[in-house]
Amino acid sequence: MEPPMAQTADTAKTSYQGQMHLLQKEIMGRYFERVTRAAEQGDGKAVFMLISGNPVELVHAFDMIPVYPEIDALQLAVKKAALPFIQKAEELGYSMDNCAYVKADVGLFLGGRKTPFATIPLPSLILCNYVGCNVYLQWFEHLAEYCDGKIYNLDIPFMRDPSGKPSPEDIAYVVHQLEEVIAICEELTGKKLDWDKLKRIVALSGETGELWAKIKSLTKHIPSPFDNYFDSVTMMAPLYCLRGTEDGLKFFQTALREMEEKVQMGSGPLPEERFRFVIEGPPPWPYLRTFRDLFAKWGAVAVASTYSTVGGLWEFGFKHDPNRPLESIAEHMLQWNVTNRNFLQRYEQIRRYIQEWSADALVIHSVKSCRLFSAGQGDMREYFTKELGIPTLLIESDLEDPRYFSEAQIKNRIDAFFESLEHRKLTHKTQAAGATL
Amino acid sequence: MTTVESILSRYREPLENFPLELAADWKKRHADKKLVGCYPVYHPVDLIHAAGMVPVGVIGGGNRLEIAHADSRFQSFVCSIVKSTLELGLTGRLDFLDGIVFHSICDPARNLGSVFKRNFPKLMVDYIHFPQNMTSPYTIDYLASEYLRLKTSYEALTGRPIKDDDLRRSIALFNEQRRLLRELYAIRAEQPENLSTVESYVLLRIGTLMPPEEHIPILKEALADIRARKEKPKDRIKVVLEGSFCEQPPLELIESLEAAGCYILDDDFLLGWRWFLEDIATDGDPLRNLANGYLRQSVYSGVKHDTREPKAKHLIDKVRETGAAAALILSAKFCEPALFDYALYKRALEKEGIPHLFLEFEEKMWIFDKARTEIETFVESMLFD
Ligand code: SF4
Ligand code: SF4
Repeated sequence: MEPPMAQTADTAKTSYQGQMHLLQKEIMGRYFERVTRAAEQGDGKAVFMLISGNPVELVHAFDMIPVYPEIDALQLAVKKAALPFIQKAEELGYSMDNCAYVKADVGLFLGGRKTPFATIPLPSLILCNYVGCNVYLQWFEHLAEYCDGKIYNLDIPFMRDPSGKPSPEDIAYVVHQLEEVIAICEELTGKKLDWDKLKRIVALSGETGELWAKIKSLTKHIPSPFDNYFDSVTMMAPLYCLRGTEDGLKFFQTALREMEEKVQMGSGPLPEERFRFVIEGPPPWPYLRTFRDLFAKWGAVAVASTYSTVGGLWEFGFKHDPNRPLESIAEHMLQWNVTNRNFLQRYEQIRRYIQEWSADALVIHSVKSCRLFSAGQGDMREYFTKELGIPTLLIESDLEDPRYFSEAQIKNRIDAFFESLEHRKLTHKTQAAGATL
Repeated sequence: MTTVESILSRYREPLENFPLELAADWKKRHADKKLVGCYPVYHPVDLIHAAGMVPVGVIGGGNRLEIAHADSRFQSFVCSIVKSTLELGLTGRLDFLDGIVFHSICDPARNLGSVFKRNFPKLMVDYIHFPQNMTSPYTIDYLASEYLRLKTSYEALTGRPIKDDDLRRSIALFNEQRRLLRELYAIRAEQPENLSTVESYVLLRIGTLMPPEEHIPILKEALADIRARKEKPKDRIKVVLEGSFCEQPPLELIESLEAAGCYILDDDFLLGWRWFLEDIATDGDPLRNLANGYLRQSVYSGVKHDTREPKAKHLIDKVRETGAAAALILSAKFCEPALFDYALYKRALEKEGIPHLFLEFEEKMWIFDKARTEIETFVESMLFD
């Protein structure tokens, strides 16, 4: 999200500055100011939610403030400020083996709620949108123990049907629950829901999602105009915090224009694009820059990433529909994000990326904290290498806990992988050349 | 007459070696029967039974299984049971099953369901999303529809419909089994000197590996035997054990906990097989009754997140109601739900002034010295306090 780009701004190697980044900083700055005002001056009511497929549209419709503990945790990690909070949580009884996002956030929550980027307010509503991740349930269960905000578990049935689609009963169940969330928000704010306003917000979300999908399909171009992992994360914060607002829409209009210009000019994030890869798994936030450089050095660009679809999967045709506001929010939560899809649907998503985005390889970044992503990635590797014959690299670290990042080890593995990939490319070329002779 | 002793000498070893071989052997003797594996924690086994099949608890590989293939599929930081279950599959030890069902208990178990689907295309692999909204009046409709979906899968597997009356009869049968299990636990809570935890564990565990029609008579005879016991209470501290609701500790570990000087008055071993606090209704819509049972008549557990009451309150109540002096939190290594719960339990237990000990285990564990020393020290500190 915003800070990583700010940190990479001074190097020619792995970054570029554009309007998009400046605008991102500006609007996210405004968002965090609003969050801080709620905390420090009691200005506005905070709703805690989770990133994966969330109903932020409802929260905006009540002019409440969406606060995402995941974003707070990742910002702490990026600022290399997470470890003391993680350790504080471990002193309280959290395990070395628990998701470190939760630990950092719990440490923060119980430790004054002050961060370098914002002061985090106490929640009026702890809205646990249980979209895929089981840890979510415990995370918010714990926060509810530590304060007196009201908790509501918004239960989203997992995509377990072989069709990969929700059943009519799944949708009805989620819509009923959304109606209950509306009733809670009405009580908390003392205001009735303005349905026209909600529809306008949902329409904005629809347009925003469409722009985002267009942006992400631009990386099908060779060279790719931006890195669909490292640069996409810059666009994810506005997507979650500001989806359904004019600010959010404007951001994505600007970003699309800028990326289209890059396509026109044939420019990309690196001086030369030598490898195109798809990457699976969240980034190692505390070492984002280092991690990026390890790929940049090989001229390797991520043309697609599963992580950039945690909050929503728009590139395969989903669009919020203002005429069916609650149903389309429900569909987004159920079906159109990577976290609520089963593991084999993720294989399929990656397979499409490799094909349709013309990638040479798959990189799996296995993070210890997030078993939603990582548990079973060995099987995923097996599938891609053995069944599909796609060069696949699996590396391990963490998304939050700096103690699990071993630079030397990761570097060796990445170097060895791209070396052999280069070799493979060369031999292919020679063979191809030989064949035409 | 079947005594507890004879049951233990018959079953203890197979349970320690390869528990599922008991079910595989059963299948050899009943080749025409279909068997469906149930991953922990809870499964509406009544439905499998009503379909004319036998539910089998696929609850890990025991503590002799060598993991040779599964650890390349699941990382080192994933709990043992996920890997041992896959290992069982990859080495053909689950070939006797016709289906297997996973549940929304945690992220590794959920992904394991997908991995099974890909690696064992001939097996029926299903997945239940258990609701985590316990407050909405619509949840029951959802869960009943989920059970209906599952019922349809089972019907497809056997090729015959499940009639409501079949299901009612199965529910009644499992009600009886669960009632007997509750009795077993009541004895442990009230006269722990008359029934050791290992004994009650074996009595319960074999029920996950045979049809209820065979398990119920065994339980009845065992209970008659136990009721006749008049042991003298030993000088031990009374504890309740929590955290082992999914992956199961080795029998030897359970035994050494008691040998170190505790009476375990209550525990959450094999929790899904005694999930209900009371009988499930046998009149009316049976799918709705099962759904209602899940939402309103079931035990609390680390995989059910009920916002109506703090989870730790249940543990505190259990300690108070049984009259235990301490809590033993025994969590599977890398078990995310249990490890998270521990943070809540610790806080609540400390607030209430209830001593506790936290231990981690793995189903495949050979050396118990460390655990034994820790528990001995703990017991001593309590006895001489
Ligand atoms: S397990 Fe993964 S998705 Fe879940 S809270 Fe942790 S980082 Fe987020
Ligand atoms: S032991 Fe814990 S982490 Fe492992 S499958 Fe069971 S519930 Fe999940």
